[in-house]
Amino acid sequence: MGGRDATMVLLDENGIRCDGRKVDEPRKIMIKAGGLKNADGSSYIEFGDNKILVGVFGPRDVHPKHMSNTDTGILRVRYHMEPFSVGERKRPAPSRREIEISKVIKEALEPAVMLEKFPRTAVDVFIEVLQADGGTRCAALTAASVALADAGIPMRDMVAAIASGKVADTIILDVNNEEDQAGQADMPVGYMPSLKKITLLQLDGVLTPEEYKKCVDVGVKGCELVYELQKQALHDKYFGNRKD
Amino acid sequence: MADRRKYVIPGDIVTSGPFRPEQNVILEGNNIIATAVGISEIYEDSVKVISLTGKYLPKINDLVIGKVVSHTSLSWELDINSCYIGFLPAMDVFGRDFSTHADELSSKLKTGDLVAARIANFDRTRDPLITISDRDLGKIDDGVLVKISTSKVPRLIGKKGSMIQMIEMGTNAAITIGQNGWVVISCETEEGLSKAKKAVEMVNEKAHIANLTDLIKDMLDVKDES
Repeated sequence: MGGRDATMVLLDENGIRCDGRKVDEPRKIMIKAGGLKNADGSSYIEFGDNKILVGVFGPRDVHPKHMSNTDTGILRVRYHMEPFSVGERKRPAPSRREIEISKVIKEALEPAVMLEKFPRTAVDVFIEVLQADGGTRCAALTAASVALADAGIPMRDMVAAIASGKVADTIILDVNNEEDQAGQADMPVGYMPSLKKITLLQLDGVLTPEEYKKCVDVGVKGCELVYELQKQALHDKYFGNRKD
Repeated sequence: MADRRKYVIPGDIVTSGPFRPEQNVILEGNNIIATAVGISEIYEDSVKVISLTGKYLPKINDLVIGKVVSHTSLSWELDINSCYIGFLPAMDVFGRDFSTHADELSSKLKTGDLVAARIANFDRTRDPLITISDRDLGKIDDGVLVKISTSKVPRLIGKKGSMIQMIEMGTNAAITIGQNGWVVISCETEEGLSKAKKAVEMVNEKAHIANLTDLIKDMLDVKDES
């Protein structure tokens, strides 16, 4: 993660951010459903400079057996960053941060997936971050949800995610790596757009109650933008050459 | 009701109102929400979504093709292309007077054998119970196994079996379709076999094309005459 650049202007007087975006403008997002032949479901996302590949397996037998639950299926998520995904080589063993993000993504997906239909089974989600540039957990969650839908796991709703934050005393949408390092606050939001429910909400930084509310609102609005792209990705794969 | 069909993804509101939710939909408040990627269909009093992806989930009375994985002294275990293992009790094959020391299970079915079977019982607490004691069921002696996607099985069968009948007539092959996406094709001639196999694989790949029936017909007929 690059060192802080003290001279960098995060937000200029015209309301343009360090990478040329407006305050409420997300980075360029591209989502593709499918792509991995051996996985039951998969997706690939490019979220700005983030590049993430997700594979879903299951429902399938649980190994080790003692992890299985007779009442419901279980969800297992592995978030992993490739050694080459960041500037300086990252050691490939799961770090404290990766273990945490795996857990956070798992808990953000659980309200959406209906695993009670598959007792004694497991659904495995493998997230590989090929290139990281801030906001990988949101991008990973977005992609994981597309991959689960691609795998045909019954879901109450898709989960879309994006981060909002505070930079130069302004609430912004989609925090990038520089803004994350030098900004005042970073708030990843995961949201189920049809059910209008938040499944992931974290906050790093300090916000006043008013800013906090605004930050959540901005995040939820951003999630709705992301949701449209998720929808498009699934439509392209399954109904690509059909009329609606 | 062609205009009532819609392409949906999880979370899409199919409709709202007093409908009975059937497969792949849930009732959330007053709205009926799709839980799978697929095609929604609204009937007079019910709504369902035909899923386009997903693994096979056993349903009672489904005809499936299973592969023997292993056996104990009392039962066989079958791979039925699902997240659960099919359970075929020895009593089903040997009859009521089956005894563990007199009868040897491997004399009837060996590991790797294919069987046409029916799901006799399945609930969420136990693995699916399988039976082969019915007409047309039992060990499959010859034929090739073709694996297709579970969600494309209805397409391969076609409306009232039209698609599969057409393929069978065009190639003189006998085709057994398991609901779990495994298909066994047997044919006396090598040519018919390869043609039938090609047709089945074509349905699997091009299931979404509207005039697939004509496409298959062309493929089968043209080669018949030439």
